[in-house]
Amino acid sequence: MSLAEALDMRPGEGADLVLGGATALDPAAGIEGVHDVVVRGGRVVELAAPGSAAADGAERVEAEGLHAFPAFFDPHVHLRVPGQEHKEDIETGSRAAAAGGYCGVIAMANTEPPVSTPADVEALREAAREGASVAVGFLATVTRGMAGEELTEMAELREAGALGFSDDGLPLVSARVLRRALQYQRLCGGTIALHEEDPELSGDGVMHEGPVSAALGLAGIPSVSESTAIARDAALAGYEDGRIHVQHLSAAESVAAVRVAKEAGVRISCEASPHHLCLTDEAVRSLDPRRFKMNPPLRAEADREALIEGLRDGTIDCIATDHAPHATEEKEVPFEQAALGVTGLETAFAALHTDLVLPGVLDLSLAVEKLGGGAAPFGLERPSLAPGSEANIALCDLGAEWTVGEEGYESRSQNSWCAGRTLTGRVLMTVAAGRVAYRLRSFSLGVAA
Amino acid sequence: MRHLLAIEQLSRPEIEAILDRAESFAEVGRRDIKKVPTLRGRTVVSLFYESSTRTSSSFELAAKRLSADLVSVKAAGSSVDKGESLKDTVATLTAYDPAAIVIRHPSAGAAQMVAEWGEAAVVNAGDGKHEHPSQALLDLFTLRRRLDSLEGKRIWIVGDVLHSRVARSNLVAFQAMGAEVTVCGPPALIPRGIEQLGCEVSYSLERLGEADVVYALRLQKERMRESFVPSLREYAARFQIDSRRLGPRQLLMHPGPVNRGVELSGEAIDSPQSLIAEQVASGLVVRMAILYELLAAGGERPAPGERDRERQPTPIGQPA
Repeated sequence: MSLAEALDMRPGEGADLVLGGATALDPAAGIEGVHDVVVRGGRVVELAAPGSAAADGAERVEAEGLHAFPAFFDPHVHLRVPGQEHKEDIETGSRAAAAGGYCGVIAMANTEPPVSTPADVEALREAAREGASVAVGFLATVTRGMAGEELTEMAELREAGALGFSDDGLPLVSARVLRRALQYQRLCGGTIALHEEDPELSGDGVMHEGPVSAALGLAGIPSVSESTAIARDAALAGYEDGRIHVQHLSAAESVAAVRVAKEAGVRISCEASPHHLCLTDEAVRSLDPRRFKMNPPLRAEADREALIEGLRDGTIDCIATDHAPHATEEKEVPFEQAALGVTGLETAFAALHTDLVLPGVLDLSLAVEKLGGGAAPFGLERPSLAPGSEANIALCDLGAEWTVGEEGYESRSQNSWCAGRTLTGRVLMTVAAGRVAYRLRSFSLGVAA
Repeated sequence: MRHLLAIEQLSRPEIEAILDRAESFAEVGRRDIKKVPTLRGRTVVSLFYESSTRTSSSFELAAKRLSADLVSVKAAGSSVDKGESLKDTVATLTAYDPAAIVIRHPSAGAAQMVAEWGEAAVVNAGDGKHEHPSQALLDLFTLRRRLDSLEGKRIWIVGDVLHSRVARSNLVAFQAMGAEVTVCGPPALIPRGIEQLGCEVSYSLERLGEADVVYALRLQKERMRESFVPSLREYAARFQIDSRRLGPRQLLMHPGPVNRGVELSGEAIDSPQSLIAEQVASGLVVRMAILYELLAAGGERPAPGERDRERQPTPIGQPA
């Protein structure tokens, strides 16, 4: 199903655009070259020879030297609705997504209260139809109130439109509960997304356990608190033939655990976040919780390298931001007391481009492919530039430099892990599910008759 | 030196300057009138979010000996009990225009945050399990009076290293002065990766005889409930410093308060090798020296405008 069919967003006119002379790059569709990208009625109709497409009533964007990618899809964001609208809401969160080149996001269910009933899902979908700039899907919790004990009414939640299930924010501690959910999944479908952490091992930890935590005297979260949970849950998914998606991999051992499970034929996919791909626990030496405190924590260089290798060899399916907005007062406290999480939607592409693509660590095409890889694990169509596809396009200037936060944020919160950094590569325009969702204010568009 | 936040941020000459200054205050301490007018008219705030006897009393007495006005705030019974945030408490106290804020807080990095928020010089009197730099300086001062130099000396830090800010500050301080450090304790109480701070790790006291100085740490009694150690009895049997294990030429130190009969035996505490009482006495003069170095040393004070610029906190967001 296309994003417009499967997810919810504010209604709008299908875009009529010609991106003149853009460098189109869609590795999954085998597209790479300079084209006039022609969009009519919200669909990509043609990749024409540069300069050949007539505007024909459409808006013509001079895109020579700019890159057109399939817009990105984030399977892991926190929009904080209901209950924590002081941090984010559907309007601000989806605007942040659009500004980052995303055409769609999946919102987590760990709200206040958590999304555990069909009425909760219906209300959120309605809100998305009123205020979302990009296509938004919603997960429901696996257990009632995220208490980890009783299953939600998974079948009715699916009928109400829940895209899948997750208790993200908390792990499913009980193997029995996960097993029951996997059994019930046969009845109702819906990928189960798992926050993998053994709280017996992570305890009161606030950062990665290693030399840096030893030096700072901060309680450590060992890598094995994540990887042992993944190994257990992959075994359960294999046994029940369930479909699971492992969220925010952070450790080398976790990549290894997913690799083993995939080789064994388990129906498992997984994601890694830009901050885990770009940063290590060395950043925590600053004791700045606004940028560097999250769960799972920033880990060691060897872990970061293993995540990058996991992207290359296909173990890691997609890049997900785990966009987690928090109010300033929740972050302006000592490290150990600060809220967990960083925002990432507005900077994901630019940060990966600056830190990994430009230094030659990650191919641009692989970055683009993985930024769009989050749709398939939830049964959605991958955004594509192929003619005939729903138009989902991120138009980027790979040479543009900008300082994060200098002009504020689209998000309601400011806890960006890139705050203050100058990044290279900027999203100028986003088309989401056929509609123009975002234009950078300073990006002037050539308008043709 | 504008703040004293972590031993890690001090150079060896800066450490030595404080120790030399403390020596001169020790001389003042032998006079009949022990007070000097250095900080007359200036305010020192002592802000303690955790209980403390030694550190708070010696900092407060140090401020008084330097003739500063002292505002002493304990978290219990203050607005902190009413849920006021650290930032707001500091903003309130800043209204008194303090020259220095001495802060103890249960969280790592708290002193650093306070330093970024205000104008006052900040002294870290213990931040979580991170650092306790004034303790490390007074320990260096105590040792320097016994051993001319720490160059090449072997120091064993024994006990609950994981939960000890003293261990972390002293590990850095001892090495900065040229000593070789071994940390020793049951494996669950030795932080993973600590050897990358340049120390050796031992899980047994077998080689304790090589140490010139034995620095024992307090073992909180609740550690056994959390399965860090099976029992206090087994801990004491393997790791207690007693007169049998302590050689006649080895020096014994402990930051206090001691769990008598757990990490140290009674005879060891009272033995001639024990420097524990001297450590407490050093606390006062070293803390006077710290306040002096921060507030009075260096001659010319920066002009107000210059000071403002200098004290602009690094905007969060700038890579450090």
